[in-house]
Amino acid sequence: MISVDSIQFAYHKDQTFLIPDFTIKGGEALLVLGKSGSGKTTLLNIMGGLLAPHQGQVFIDGVSLYSLKGNERDTFRGKHIGIIFQKPHILAPLTVEENISLPRFFVNKSSPSRVDHFLEELDILDKKRATIETLSEGEAQRVSIARALVNEPKIILADEPTASLDDENANIVVNLLKEQAAKLNAALLIVTHDQRIKDQIEQRITITRKDL
Amino acid sequence: MNMFKLGWKYLMVKPWNTGLNILLLALGLSIITVLILIQDQFENKMNRDAAGIDLVVGAKGSPLQLVLSSVYHIDFPTGNIPLDEADQLSANRLIKNTIPMGLGDNYQGYRIVGTNHDYLKLYETEFASGDAWLRPFDVVIGNVVAEKLELEVGDTFVGSHGIAAASHEHDEHPYKVVGVLASGGNVVDQLILTSIESVWYSHDEEHDHDKMEQEVATTGLPEISAEETREITTLLVQYRNPIAAVQLPRMVNSRTSLQAASPSFEISRLFELLGVGISLIRGLALVIVSIAALGIFIALYNSLKERKYDLAVMRAIGASKGQLFFLIILEGLMLTFLGALFGILIGHFFLFVLVMLNEQGVMSGLTATVFLSREWWILVYALVVGVMASLIPAWNAYRTDIASQLTK
Repeated sequence: MISVDSIQFAYHKDQTFLIPDFTIKGGEALLVLGKSGSGKTTLLNIMGGLLAPHQGQVFIDGVSLYSLKGNERDTFRGKHIGIIFQKPHILAPLTVEENISLPRFFVNKSSPSRVDHFLEELDILDKKRATIETLSEGEAQRVSIARALVNEPKIILADEPTASLDDENANIVVNLLKEQAAKLNAALLIVTHDQRIKDQIEQRITITRKDL
Repeated sequence: MNMFKLGWKYLMVKPWNTGLNILLLALGLSIITVLILIQDQFENKMNRDAAGIDLVVGAKGSPLQLVLSSVYHIDFPTGNIPLDEADQLSANRLIKNTIPMGLGDNYQGYRIVGTNHDYLKLYETEFASGDAWLRPFDVVIGNVVAEKLELEVGDTFVGSHGIAAASHEHDEHPYKVVGVLASGGNVVDQLILTSIESVWYSHDEEHDHDKMEQEVATTGLPEISAEETREITTLLVQYRNPIAAVQLPRMVNSRTSLQAASPSFEISRLFELLGVGISLIRGLALVIVSIAALGIFIALYNSLKERKYDLAVMRAIGASKGQLFFLIILEGLMLTFLGALFGILIGHFFLFVLVMLNEQGVMSGLTATVFLSREWWILVYALVVGVMASLIPAWNAYRTDIASQLTK
């Protein structure tokens, strides 16, 4: 469960983002909508523990994210939060398998079977030893999803996960995210302005910026 | 997945760059390795060869040349001295013992040294086979000579005049090998030892066959009849007491036609002269190592610019600041560790080649197959360089702002 409590953030004084309070329970999904520049990605960064808000708090299973300091928060993120970016951001020197096992390494877990499990769940087991150049856009995005899921997070944050994909792959990716979040009983938050997704997730909030 | 593997994968993104940095560092460190190896072994060898010889007395000339020719057998002798003067000096009460030496001949580049059995005692030699010489033209050969020239006890050979190979041969009198010495790791390994008398007789125009059958002097100076005038090349002197060190050299140099030179003094003078060159080479090595360090720094720093994104992604998937700091330091350490490893290997290989090309020269007796404890310091030094070069890049990695990197 993740809840956001009176978050305030602004890059400039007169450009305050208006972010409503909300809560996503385990197994639920929430869509965050808004025009570009309205602070969708900023909200995602705040929720992922990547960007401290000026005011307010983010609670994950009762833990106040920004009360954790330095390495603690990094490790907490690694264990409990899975982040999927607009672009796959796969580390080019590493193979698919190594990319996916990296989060487990960073939080000192090792179980190759989990890596295989998620490779299979996301239907990319045959790409296990492949490098990034040999992957298609859709496959690359699935690798990044597998990487976000491999530590079995409580929270899955996805930033425009379908923006660079065609209709078919966009559908597959959204379904995979919903399906896997449900399996892990994780809270799923998808930030998007992609019209194709809107019908697939019922709960939604819209955020805006004061001067827009 | 582990940190080593992760760091290595990133180093291998640019294999040529990485290879060049390792090679540059290895070159610098190999020069330092060679210097350490040579200096240590050379000084050891020099000191070992001169052990027990307090003073060398010979003909006037360069004192360094005198020491080099009669203690280390690398330079030409300064000339000969009359036997009766050597005799007089030997009787001096400040002198405990003298060992005469007659130089001037060689066999295939290995010097034939006329001396007595005290010389064998001086170096505490042991025989691999045979025994010491007792008659003229009997020789005892050093271990290296036996090996290289494939000589055994009972073999004969004809010496040549001069101390370098391929000069005029004394074909009348073949030398006979009566003993082969065990390896002592000193200058004796490279010598052919015989009696003073052998050297004299081989240069005589007339041949007195009775003399050839007489036993030679095994200690002290050979006795000769009054009508004969003989010469020797040098006298190796051992002092009776410390006062001799003060009085004897001055006495010899001022009151006689002879020259006295102290091996320890001349050798420290030689090292002083060589020291300039060694410092220059060491300076050059340090410059190369510094350039290598700079290269590693620039490589890590530049690759960090391109990798900021990757580092931000790593942070986003759970890597801590500390882990990334460690990752970059580790990359620097891996580069310099490999550099040090190759450097030490190349250094030993350099020395191996040097020794191989200089079998009979100054380098003889040196070996490339020893590992000195000082070489560990090269590794330590390299790793310190690695940490220094990667500190700033690692600090940058530590401070990577994830959110701003990821949204760029």
